[in-house]
Amino acid sequence: MVPRIARLRRKRRDGPQVWTLDLELEDRHASEAPRFAPGQFNMLTVFGVGEVPISVSGDPAAPDRLVHTIRSVGAVSSALTRLAPGAAIGFRGPFGTGWPMEETVARDVVIVAGGLGLAPLRPALYRLLADRLRYGRIVLLYGARSPEDILFRSELESWRRRLDIAIEVTVDHATSAWRGRVGVVPALVARADFDPLHAIALVCGPEVMMRFAVAALRDAGVADESIYLSMERNMKCAIAFCGHCQLGTVFVCREGPVFRHDRIRGLLALKEI
Amino acid sequence: MEGLERILREHPFFAGLGDASADLVCGCAKNVRFEAGQYLFREGEPADQFYLVRHGRVALELSAPGRGAITIQTLGEGDVVGLSWLIPPYRWTNDARAIDLVRAIAIDGACLRQKCEDDHDLGYEMMKRVVPILVERLQATRLQLLDVYGVRA
Repeated sequence: MVPRIARLRRKRRDGPQVWTLDLELEDRHASEAPRFAPGQFNMLTVFGVGEVPISVSGDPAAPDRLVHTIRSVGAVSSALTRLAPGAAIGFRGPFGTGWPMEETVARDVVIVAGGLGLAPLRPALYRLLADRLRYGRIVLLYGARSPEDILFRSELESWRRRLDIAIEVTVDHATSAWRGRVGVVPALVARADFDPLHAIALVCGPEVMMRFAVAALRDAGVADESIYLSMERNMKCAIAFCGHCQLGTVFVCREGPVFRHDRIRGLLALKEI
Repeated sequence: MEGLERILREHPFFAGLGDASADLVCGCAKNVRFEAGQYLFREGEPADQFYLVRHGRVALELSAPGRGAITIQTLGEGDVVGLSWLIPPYRWTNDARAIDLVRAIAIDGACLRQKCEDDHDLGYEMMKRVVPILVERLQATRLQLLDVYGVRA
């Protein structure tokens, strides 16, 4: 698949080493703007450096704006965050399965996010809030490393002012200047107000955090079939060809990144070779 | 005392406690309040009381040279502050500071320990309530130690 060309329209700092990039398709491709489902990802290319999979973090109702939130950690992601507005970026996508949005209708929705894991969940939140009456209670439980690392802070504050979504934020470490919660995000599940028998849970974050979050959700009474996780693996080709992202018998790029928990339950604790 | 016993039994830590045990615990309990910024206890002090939070939030802190006070966990309504009263050498291993106005039930640890020694049914009941909290906090600490949101080299 040949990458299409997008231009960096705007970039915004969203935390230490974290940037949100707004891309715009080149004119000749604009009419072919791909509609993406919340939870899907694109492959972004910095020409001459390489290609990386990045989850879409923007609003699915505005698919012409390709919004991605990136942490500068490797060669390609660092190069992406160093680009100046107007720079050309290659992209392929969208790829993978998204969050099961149709299954959330009329149910309580519990979103558990850790760190940068909030980025692939933000499109789902946009969708839920845009059509709020279709859903039961919406609960967002978010954990970050420190107060400085809280992603989309102003948006979280704005959502928190709404009366129809419950948002709890916690951090792993803080100084005494922080007046919010300190503790791990799975611990918030037991206190959250939702009906476990009619709830669906969307979970994204580091795998260890997800394992603890799933345990807390199951302890609360949420069935395995109602828990969805977004897995992060080393996706290279994005079309289940190269095998880099293979996890047991599944290819995360094609059959994921979003999986129902009962499908990957046995694979979560597998040690990598 | 009846009011205190009702409050005590309504707290999640003592949910489902039998009448006889509630009566024994109540004899060691009293209502307390702490203003924002006040310390419930300090690291190194004897762990002679523990607290069932009814209202407000408490920060568990450790101080490190050059870093000041680091908050390691916050606790709130329905939580228990302080578990060292049950485990020798009965000494606090961190500070506990009221973040805002805190209302709590303080339980005299030495009093309750003695009652647990005298009545092992009560002792077992207390262990069944304290150990899950210890395990939950140990697991949370492990997760924090992993620094899962940090950037790996």
